[in-house]
Amino acid sequence: MEYVSPEGLRLDGRRPTEMRQLRAEVGVVAKADGSASFEMGNTKVIAAVYGPREVQNKGQQMNDQALVRCEYSMANFSTGDRMRKPKGDRRSTEISLVIRQTMEACILTHLMPRSQIDIFVQVLQADGGTRSACINAATLALADAGIPMRDLVTSCSSGYLNSTPLLDLNYIEDSAGGPDVTVGILPKLDKVTLLQMDAKLPIDIFENVMQLAIEGCKAVANYIREILLENTKQLEFRRGV
Amino acid sequence: MRGLQLSLNKNQKLRVERALEQLESLSLKSNSDASVTVADNISVDCEDAILKGHGTTELDGRVVATLCGVVERVNKLVYVRALRARYKPEIGDIIVGRVIEVAPKRWRLEINFSQDAVLMLSSMNLPDGIQRRRTAIDELNMRSIFEENDVICAEVRGFQHDGCLHLQARSQKYGKLEIGQLLTIPPYLVKKRKQHFHHLEQYGIDLILGCNGYVWVGEHVEVKDPMLVDQSNKSEQQNADSENSMSANEVETCTPLETRQNICRTANAIRVLSTLGFMITVEVITEIVNLSTSLNLDIHEMLGPEFYVLVAEKEAERRSSLRKKR
Repeated sequence: MEYVSPEGLRLDGRRPTEMRQLRAEVGVVAKADGSASFEMGNTKVIAAVYGPREVQNKGQQMNDQALVRCEYSMANFSTGDRMRKPKGDRRSTEISLVIRQTMEACILTHLMPRSQIDIFVQVLQADGGTRSACINAATLALADAGIPMRDLVTSCSSGYLNSTPLLDLNYIEDSAGGPDVTVGILPKLDKVTLLQMDAKLPIDIFENVMQLAIEGCKAVANYIREILLENTKQLEFRRGV
Repeated sequence: MRGLQLSLNKNQKLRVERALEQLESLSLKSNSDASVTVADNISVDCEDAILKGHGTTELDGRVVATLCGVVERVNKLVYVRALRARYKPEIGDIIVGRVIEVAPKRWRLEINFSQDAVLMLSSMNLPDGIQRRRTAIDELNMRSIFEENDVICAEVRGFQHDGCLHLQARSQKYGKLEIGQLLTIPPYLVKKRKQHFHHLEQYGIDLILGCNGYVWVGEHVEVKDPMLVDQSNKSEQQNADSENSMSANEVETCTPLETRQNICRTANAIRVLSTLGFMITVEVITEIVNLSTSLNLDIHEMLGPEFYVLVAEKEAERRSSLRKKR
């Protein structure tokens, strides 16, 4: 199948190095300490953060740092065919783990000893790149909850189809079976915290594809920063003196 | 708009936007570039001697924020004041909390902090106002003082060596709160002041603005000085104690309808203010309550879209008049 037309356009009309439209909103769950929704094109994810709060299971309590937990789930209506998925299947446990490790790397857990931070992310619409969208939403929610972090983590995926590196794959491109590289970076520190790929790629091509994903991450970071700054200013001027 | 899930019509939307714009213009002059997000650089003038406070860290010799908030500078200290975050206790803060567990010699309280707070039996005055060593019998009778799910007002005593947060309630004004409503608002909206207990005489209610963002609105309770109580008890006992206690019970059981309505009205005023994200003080609350009564609004109508718009406009008006006075 042809994923990039001779004119250099993808199936949804994007250029190979073009991202889908980003949209984010902070403070969507009233009861949570921090929350955010994040959209990348048709992929829509909601994240809620609770904590730092008292550890529920005393056995897991750590005296020098906070416990970070994460739960990823997909809404039944998020995909084309409505399926009732059992909670805690292999895919969602794996993504929960990935998100947890990525977020733990940037949260300054030593500042909140003997407490726990819960991150809940749910996919409302799935159209490829749910993993990256979840990480971006979780970052926004954590920042909204006022949890100290080293840096914002942002994530973006890229792939390689029809011998062209493509940025931000959608569902059709994702299910083409080509390589799919998900990268998560700390944009300020310029460090990679997440790198996943489930196919083979020659090393020189891989570097190009990864570089493209990093560029995507940086674009997402700029957008997230704008949203957060706008939100902070809003809160501050409404509060008044 | 954040936190405001209301269906405003076109006209109301315009009015809210205008009011918010006015508020923004009022605050812009004071600090425009002080807001930072995570990993933003904080510009520091004198590089040699600064103290990095909360919400900051050092990266390649530069000061970087680790929170979203507002940069505050006090002499050499530079820190980031977080807005939406959980409560951070400071010694002497007055807080409202809920008992979640009765443990040996202590109660555990939920106070919107990252850990549960501890109120020791020994760090509170017994209800009968006697100062003495707490015995095993007192320990067994702890549930007669506070039970699970009771709402309590107390003061932050400090952190213990093991990192636990300890509370104290060594005065008659602290203790169990009954007949009223507990509201949960973001702690950054509560300003720290000398006075957190308020008695709104015109409504006959008590208002406790806990520093942890828990607000209590309840029927007014007369605080009795333990010394006075002892004296009066003695004299009363000589008269007729059975009669007295009977009448006291009857008064206690029925709260007048008017007081209940006032409680609900005040609670709704606080709800509206906190949803709009305005600073919550007694003056503002009474102003909003008066606004609603002067408009002859029902209590439930206060949570409708029109009232939100009115409150936003009122706040803009209030702040601009404050500025003019200066």
